[in-house]
Amino acid sequence: MTTTTENKGMAERGMGYGLRALNRLAGSDLLDRIRIRKQVEKALFQGTKNGFKGATAAGRAFKATQQLGKPARQKKGKSSGLFDLSPDDEQQMFQEGGRSFAADQIRKAALEADEKRETPKEILDQANELGVNMLGVPEELGGVMTEQSAVTSVLIGEALAHGDMGIAYAALAPGAAATAIGLWGSAEQEATYLPAFTGEDIPAAALAILEPRPLFDPLQLETKAKKKGDEWVLTGVKSLIARAKECELFVIAADAEGIGPALFVVESGAKGLSVEDEPAMGLRPAATGRLLIDKVKLPASALLGEGEAKAKDYAACVNRSRIAWCGLATGTAQAVLDYVIPYVNDRQAFGEPISNRQGVAFAVSDIGIESNAMRLATYRAASRADRGESFAREAAIARKLCTQKGMQIGSDGVQLLGGHGFVKEHPVERWYRDLRAAGVMEGALLV
Amino acid sequence: MINLEIPKKFKPLASQANQVATEVFRPISRKYDEAEHSYPKELDMLASLIDGMNEGSDIGGAGAAGVRREKSDNGDNRNGSNLSTVLGIIELCWGDVGLLLSMPRQGLGNSAIASVATEEQLKKYGGKWAAMAITEPEAGSDSASIRATAELDGDEYVLNGEKIFVTSGDRADLIVVWASLDRSKGRAAIKSFIVERDNPGLKLDRLEHKLGIRASDTANFTLQNCRVPKEALLGDPEVKEKGFAGVMETFDNTRPLVAAMAVGVTRAALEETRQKLKEAGVKIDYDVPANNQHAAAARFLEMEADYEAAWLLTLQAAWMADNSKPNSLQA
Repeated sequence: MTTTTENKGMAERGMGYGLRALNRLAGSDLLDRIRIRKQVEKALFQGTKNGFKGATAAGRAFKATQQLGKPARQKKGKSSGLFDLSPDDEQQMFQEGGRSFAADQIRKAALEADEKRETPKEILDQANELGVNMLGVPEELGGVMTEQSAVTSVLIGEALAHGDMGIAYAALAPGAAATAIGLWGSAEQEATYLPAFTGEDIPAAALAILEPRPLFDPLQLETKAKKKGDEWVLTGVKSLIARAKECELFVIAADAEGIGPALFVVESGAKGLSVEDEPAMGLRPAATGRLLIDKVKLPASALLGEGEAKAKDYAACVNRSRIAWCGLATGTAQAVLDYVIPYVNDRQAFGEPISNRQGVAFAVSDIGIESNAMRLATYRAASRADRGESFAREAAIARKLCTQKGMQIGSDGVQLLGGHGFVKEHPVERWYRDLRAAGVMEGALLV
Repeated sequence: MINLEIPKKFKPLASQANQVATEVFRPISRKYDEAEHSYPKELDMLASLIDGMNEGSDIGGAGAAGVRREKSDNGDNRNGSNLSTVLGIIELCWGDVGLLLSMPRQGLGNSAIASVATEEQLKKYGGKWAAMAITEPEAGSDSASIRATAELDGDEYVLNGEKIFVTSGDRADLIVVWASLDRSKGRAAIKSFIVERDNPGLKLDRLEHKLGIRASDTANFTLQNCRVPKEALLGDPEVKEKGFAGVMETFDNTRPLVAAMAVGVTRAALEETRQKLKEAGVKIDYDVPANNQHAAAARFLEMEADYEAAWLLTLQAAWMADNSKPNSLQA
């Protein structure tokens, strides 16, 4: 038990630090004394193999199969003018599908996926069968939704993250690239890339905005796109990308010369792209990795929306990503609530259920109140986005709530179980780590 | 279809209430905060105006008119009096909570009467100002353990006990008093009775001096062999467990209204802060992460998020009441 934990730690610290630590470790007689040298060496080999920088996935050839005169767009939603918290029939269908998938499969696979840092292929396939990655694809290109689908995406994200946030991230990440292309792509870009997201073999793909640095601000990108003749040259680093090694397509945010922050569509085969492993405290089933972009040359047509790219679209993209993460945080927060209620009612101390103590009961009701508020704020932001209304304020508020209250809920979930909350026998420690992640993520998901 | 915006049809109402708050409440807000226990006579004319508004529309008034559970004709989404009342109260309390609580004929007792009264009672007591007397020195939130008693004597009930924290108790025409028909039967025996303010058995002990909502009078009473006609009992006189649930249902309808008061004041405070920060040159940016902004801006975003949470939770509870969904938890 100790061995595997230590080994994993080693493998994950990245090579530079890993080698330094290895030196110390190799010189220590502790390993020999407790007879685990062989295992450590073996695990280290595995870790190194996985930890080294590697090429991006080979990727398929994306080709336009049809010609669109102009970009196809999903219609804006209409409002009945009434306050309403009920999802429509189609949304309910997605929601129920997502919920039973999460309960029957995702939750059960979560512990192992967290440990292995891998989401089982069957689960990814089933998520694709649910249609989660084609919500942003316009009907003309084989999509199923006629209207914009931010609320629907939120409902699905919430449902899947009730099972496990890391698996939900792994499953939903490709859809972010597709949705970005569906919302802002040119006719050519849509025709080239979107059909792949409606078939059986949906590519791993990523919306890469986050960069590895403190106080990251998605509006102040260090990834730069320089204009060189008719080409763009991209350089920078992107962080915490789901299934980075498998990704066949990236939508990358870069500060574009003469434009400001903008998105670029980049296939994994582009020269100068590489990925490296980037294990994190949470979202582990998503096998997060870094994307290294070293003077990657792109044609003018790689700029998302081409001549139409606008700063406000990029800002909208950032905010739509935040809404997506809010959906996931809400689902996981609800999972905490649903887990602690029976626990505090069953758990006896001093001759009575611990829920009889106000300190416990208040903590549980706070989780109930805050998770509900997170949900409502997220729905409001998403529904405004669907109707084409301004939503920057509502997205910021939802994010604030989901970050702050989400982390509090994660922490309280652990605390309410006491020592039991800290060990992996219960899922609350994992939810704590994931809810922490939802507070720092930018980009990566999209509604 | 998920939509968390203020319904279009209630926008005129919210805007009227906002005008009242701006033109009537705010100018006299400080005056009655300082002159505690003096009657805000400016509200008389306003109250008549609001009575008129209530008569003339089917979407509830601008204040604490009664909120009744209405059955929806079909499964369709409904935005009714619970939601419209919440919206009206938010606007008015953005003006001043104490003055809202002092609005003639808009008391909590009116809510109770409107929610559970029979047609005869509605006819008899309609148009009057009704306060609510629940709390006792020994029973606050635990309303099931109240000690006031009601004994049937011929055609009258005889009430005895002590009531505190009665909002508008001095100014109202009626007091809705909670009392037990049989203290051995617990909460099932608790009923509410309508007592005329000038009933000789109802003795005003004192008015409280308070931290806030000072424009509103908060009265303490003693009920001493206070006799009321049999017909003054609100709802069903039978002693059965379900009865108390019905009484508590009033709270499911009125708690969102109390929340709306807090939401209204909060919004006022938030707007004032936003203005002051703007004057101080602090920019609040919704796109930039809070950690990258001025500490005051980051704190403001946090406050605004908490405000929005409270606002949405309040609307949700009211919407559920409008749609006959059980809302004890949300309320």
